[in-house]
Amino acid sequence: MAEHSTFRLDGRPIPFAPGQTIMDAALAAGAYIPHLCHHPEFAPHGSCRVCVVCADGREVSACTAPAAKDMEVESQSESIRALRVSILQMLFVEGNHVCPACEKSGACQLQAVAYDCGMLEPHFTHFFPRRAVDASHPDVILDYNRCILCELCVRASRDQDGKRVFAISGRGIGSRLIVDSPTGRLGDSRFAITDKAAHVCPVGAILPRRGGYRVPIGERLYDRAPISRVGDVAANEEA
Amino acid sequence: MDTRVRPKLRVATTSLAGCFGCHMSLLDIDERLIDLVELVELDRTPLTDIKTIGDCDLGLIEGGVGNAENVEVLRTFRHHCKVLVAVGACAVNGGIPAMRNSFALSDCLEEAYIDGVGLYNQGIPNDPELPLLLSQVHPIHEVVKVDYFLPGCPPSADAIWTFLTELLAGKPIGFPYTQIHYD
Repeated sequence: MAEHSTFRLDGRPIPFAPGQTIMDAALAAGAYIPHLCHHPEFAPHGSCRVCVVCADGREVSACTAPAAKDMEVESQSESIRALRVSILQMLFVEGNHVCPACEKSGACQLQAVAYDCGMLEPHFTHFFPRRAVDASHPDVILDYNRCILCELCVRASRDQDGKRVFAISGRGIGSRLIVDSPTGRLGDSRFAITDKAAHVCPVGAILPRRGGYRVPIGERLYDRAPISRVGDVAANEEA
Repeated sequence: MDTRVRPKLRVATTSLAGCFGCHMSLLDIDERLIDLVELVELDRTPLTDIKTIGDCDLGLIEGGVGNAENVEVLRTFRHHCKVLVAVGACAVNGGIPAMRNSFALSDCLEEAYIDGVGLYNQGIPNDPELPLLLSQVHPIHEVVKVDYFLPGCPPSADAIWTFLTELLAGKPIGFPYTQIHYD
């Protein structure tokens, strides 16, 4: 008889099946762990590090670390929160996250996680990257300056759409999203607005056209309640 | 009964590369302004006629740093204020004006003063009276040390009120979820 083992998340027992990660088991039990690159439909990626937790005294990413019997996992301690804020600050200064001028504001997962973790300032020196916006596609605008390299579009295009439109290229801080087309432009690729990849971006990097500012302020996804209660952008879009 | 008059805290404010929206949001606390002037006395601010800042307890800075005069004013504020606060998205991260950082400064100036539509007597203004623009717009924490950050474009009146009342009361500052936003 298969009996569920449990681990403890901030003192709360969480059941898990063999092979489940800390993240999978926590989400299944209705416990929220902040995350950006994790998406239940895709293989874990482990790039954003926002889901960092302290498991038996070690800091690990909850989305890649397998759950283990009787493990003590800390997600809501002050030190973990501070670590997450530092990671978020790095993501914010690395791109041009001008929320007041972004159509995704109010329904952006990066912004919502930053609110949830209590980030008030960028702390670090801004990079102010200068990557040209790709507006070649009729249905979607691609702003590389907001991309957080979560690879959700890469995974969606490869694993679900079977198109391999996106990839990450370059090394170190030069790493960037690229498009597989003869010109490198999205408009010349096989990308379509109906693709899964068009709807998984957690930030305002892959932005569908003609939908901006339709939702009144106050009624946007994260206006009234935090992401820990509302859930991911992708989950709400599908609903 | 303690009959001593508590000295009022001195507060200065300024707008650097800002739009004055954060000052408008401060005024949006409405009749609570009357409570506020019981607690504070205004030094140099766009709301008073004082031209040079004196020693202050609190300095509120709106706007990022876009030109040489902004740098000078910001450093003067830092020198005179015990507590310095970045108010609004521009002061916090450069904000909308920092979108010019995607372009070379010379391109911005040429577009505005030479190539723009409907211009006559073209030429980039070069009177020494005018402060020179910096090559990029910077958040204020890249120029001076900042004690508190109040995000929002602008921060809501309620957020500003929460901040001021809790700071003046010497309490740790905590905001309800709906008061913190970056847009």
